[in-house]
Amino acid sequence: MTVHDMKHAGSDSARLEAVGGRLSRVDGPAKITGAAKYAFEQRLDGLTHAVLVGATIAAGKVTAIDARAAETAPGVLLVLTPDTIMELKGASDWLGNPPALSTYAPLARTVTFSGQHIAAVVAETFEQAVAAAALVKVTYEETPAIVDLSDRKAGDGIQIDMMTKEWGDAQAAFAAAPVRVCAAYNTPREFQVAMEPHGLIARWQGDELTIWEPSQWLDGMARTYAEWFGIPFEKVRLVSPYIGGGFGSKALALAHSAVAAAAAKMLNRPVKLVLNRPQNFTSYGGRAATRQTVTIGADKDGKIQSIVHRGVNETSVDGMWVEPLGSVTSIMYATPNFSSKQNVVRVNTVVPGAKRAPGENPSAFGIECAIDELAHELGMDPLQVRLINYAEQDPQVNKPWSTRQLREAFAAGAEAFGWARRSHAPRSMRDGHQLIGWGMAAGTYPVRRAHGEAVVKILADGSVEVESSSIDMGQGTYTILAQTAADTLGVPVEQVSVKLGDSNFARAGVAGGSRLAGVMTGAVYKAAGLALDELIGLALSDPRSPFQKVRDNTLVVKDGRIASPRGDGPELSIAELMQAVGRDRIEAKGDSLPTSTTPEERYKNYTTIAMSIPHTEGNYSRHSWCAHFVEVRVDEDFGTVRVSRVVSALDSGRLYNPKLAESQWKGGIIMGIGQALLEEGIVDRRHGRVVNGNLADYMLPTNADIPDIQTISVGIPDPHSSALGGKGVGELAIVGIAPAIANAVFHATGKRVRDLPITLEKLI
Amino acid sequence: MRDFSYLRADTIEAARNASALPGAMLLAGGTTLVDLAKCGVAEPSTVIDISHIDGLDAIDVTTERAMIGALAKMSHVADNAEVKSHFPAVSEALWQAASAQLRNMATIGGNLMQRTRCPYFRDPANFPACNKRSPGSGCSAIGGVTRGHAVLGTSEACIATYPGDLAIALVAFDAVVHLGERSLKVEDFFLAPGATAEREHDIRPGEVITAIEIPGSAAARRSTYIKVRDRQSYEFAAASAAVGLELEADGRTIRDIRVALGGVATKPWRARAVEDALKGKPLDEANIRKASELAVEGAVDHGANHYKIALAPRVVARAILKLGETA
Repeated sequence: MTVHDMKHAGSDSARLEAVGGRLSRVDGPAKITGAAKYAFEQRLDGLTHAVLVGATIAAGKVTAIDARAAETAPGVLLVLTPDTIMELKGASDWLGNPPALSTYAPLARTVTFSGQHIAAVVAETFEQAVAAAALVKVTYEETPAIVDLSDRKAGDGIQIDMMTKEWGDAQAAFAAAPVRVCAAYNTPREFQVAMEPHGLIARWQGDELTIWEPSQWLDGMARTYAEWFGIPFEKVRLVSPYIGGGFGSKALALAHSAVAAAAAKMLNRPVKLVLNRPQNFTSYGGRAATRQTVTIGADKDGKIQSIVHRGVNETSVDGMWVEPLGSVTSIMYATPNFSSKQNVVRVNTVVPGAKRAPGENPSAFGIECAIDELAHELGMDPLQVRLINYAEQDPQVNKPWSTRQLREAFAAGAEAFGWARRSHAPRSMRDGHQLIGWGMAAGTYPVRRAHGEAVVKILADGSVEVESSSIDMGQGTYTILAQTAADTLGVPVEQVSVKLGDSNFARAGVAGGSRLAGVMTGAVYKAAGLALDELIGLALSDPRSPFQKVRDNTLVVKDGRIASPRGDGPELSIAELMQAVGRDRIEAKGDSLPTSTTPEERYKNYTTIAMSIPHTEGNYSRHSWCAHFVEVRVDEDFGTVRVSRVVSALDSGRLYNPKLAESQWKGGIIMGIGQALLEEGIVDRRHGRVVNGNLADYMLPTNADIPDIQTISVGIPDPHSSALGGKGVGELAIVGIAPAIANAVFHATGKRVRDLPITLEKLI
Repeated sequence: MRDFSYLRADTIEAARNASALPGAMLLAGGTTLVDLAKCGVAEPSTVIDISHIDGLDAIDVTTERAMIGALAKMSHVADNAEVKSHFPAVSEALWQAASAQLRNMATIGGNLMQRTRCPYFRDPANFPACNKRSPGSGCSAIGGVTRGHAVLGTSEACIATYPGDLAIALVAFDAVVHLGERSLKVEDFFLAPGATAEREHDIRPGEVITAIEIPGSAAARRSTYIKVRDRQSYEFAAASAAVGLELEADGRTIRDIRVALGGVATKPWRARAVEDALKGKPLDEANIRKASELAVEGAVDHGANHYKIALAPRVVARAILKLGETA
């Protein structure tokens, strides 16, 4: 799973293996050839198959489950219902808050959303389980559901006080401002739609539980399983060698995970449970639907005097999800008077969850469209309005930015795009039947920081192993950790193998919020440095070492060979030295935690997010930044929008591997194109059910929808953000794409669409 | 998915005999049948694999007609040089259908048997009412999410849209489907729901599609298919039009015109009112746009699909204008 062929790398850098080199993904060939085995592709003896039965109502009670036909169907081993599933204990949440209830019921008696798991059938084969699951008859007592934010029964919701941000007198300043804009912006329920579905294989051996499951957070999920089954954390092993996309959805152990693990325990056989595609739309939450109003008051010269922002997002009946809608609003522009408040409204849906840049993404849609509306009201270039209101420091916490290359991003993006040639009047550019529009928007994402640990081993043959329970979901962890170890130790990257995705390895926190690369390169850098120190120490001090005679106090390691700094002594390969001193390995563990950290704190650090370091901690406010420039073509008859050009300039600090960073940025931009033009979970208001929960009807962009995308890195190393100077990459680039496209559509057509997605019927 | 028995038919006769068995369904490319079996709509007791029958995949094109065997793959027909030159709308319709992978699997005969994408039809577990699946049970779509539903040819029993592209071009050019003893115009092969939404095709037990025949014509040679949809590829039409045009020797008077609509009706929809309004008239944008409005005569919307009534005439007009420009 972790031995990757390195004979692929591109040719545009002499030092591909160094941190900052454009090394191709070391896991790429395994994935392309099919050799990479994903979590639930494991073949186990005696494997059984579970299939879930979902609620067909959105609210009410299960009054009866008739499982007789299913129980006697061919191959059926077990039918689980709320009455027959083993009792599980409540588990603390991802912040480490203890559970509200002492028990946990992954199969529901009370239905709060359509598709909620009611029962499960376990059979010898998958086909038998599917057939038997269709025989389970559930009867309900249905009650009225609150289907979405626009449901009259939904009400105003709950105000979330910690989301309130206020300074100055925003209302008075707005009232006094000569130029005002005020508009409402809506984003629909969106889904992560990873190519690889959710699912797992669970196997018990005595009181030890092994779970093969795609995971953005092995230690967090292992902790949840341990708590559900009341076993020590160390008894749970989670294995997740590759992840076929997570986008925020695969960080938590979910109800279906509990069902599979419980079934495995009850049957004492391994159980495989994989959600089918429609179940991937109802078994865990996508991005919550949001509503925002943004009002901006400005001087006639475009200087913002006031921003008043109100936001609402949906959450579930019994879960709480806050999508922080004021997160970009509050920091993007120098605003003397500001007010942002947010409510959360309960509706009958599965609890929403994280999808790429939760909070910042919809927040930017509001403020970045509103700025464009302000520019139009002022008769000014939207880029000029952004520069006039450039925030020289964080206006919310009044701290300097650690680094903010946004001005550079505006300049580089505008130059590459040709923004200066824009004719600012809407509907002023066309090509035959195609109306052409140019739009722009800015984006940002905070630098989330945490602690991680890694083990680096130097083996007798001179090869190097890196071990961490962190994961690679396509963003390139395998690759950049190999580069970090190779660069730090002075060995060719071919000699490094990286092992990830096993909770038996050194611990790591969540791969989310764009924190993993900064955390883990730091940990590997530290562990590799310790290993190198030990190697050199051995070489200098061991009586069997040829370097003993050398009177240097250090040695250099380059290309896997050890020599004195002046090159006047012996030169040995690492393997030769290891042999000379009779060692079969050097092993070092590195982490960034203070040495005073207790074991309890360490456990908490890796299994919850309670110990994340705030991005405004200390003297600086730390964020990644970007500026997007987009061209759209809108058919004047059909209302169809196609993105024909994207230029994005991004500040993610130092890039550990530009090739992989560009790939992540482009992925975010593509996801943003989908969000702007296509994606929407469409709810049947009578049934409270999303009716397009499949890959044919939930629209995602195809290759034909995506133009060439130019990304430009404008970042500089940011020593306040991470050990090696990088800031976040993965979440950043989607932030601002939807408003850039909406602004371009306005420029093309003169029509302002404030409800995503921008589908053709909104333009004809 | 339920257990079923599998029969491989190596001759048309064997396929015909087997298809008369109760609960039997034919398997050719499988792109519809397997999909519908997965979502619990198709529950055949016997699957008859006809994909091994020899000689049913021929594509034979002359100036008089194209004869396309039922087992010809969509991609092969789309890429056939004679089809492209004599029937460009047919090739264009196929290229814009489905995805490359599906076009490589799906057959022309199977394409005619493609079922609707109505989400209520495709989800029996959550929406038991569907007159197509169980006659008399009602229509879950009416009053629900209707953005993709039909505005033409609907009934109180069903508003499901016919999803295909190829058949739109076939209907425009008076193609015929060969069923063995019977041959029908493709336009008559497809049935509007009326009170019997479960009957989508005029095909009888024991009948198997063997070929599709498209008469050649000047209008077919100068034809195009425009498909409008939210995304650029791999999506069913919001509205589409197959149009063929023949001009008089003056190069501006319309001698013959064919117009058929997709994505807006319960079956492939020939728009004869548009044809009649334009025959003998000059090829002029104002005329064309006005006449194209007739494409949606009698259209009825169900809320979210209202836009189709505005969109369809524009697609027709643009297709005619495009052909005019290529004069």
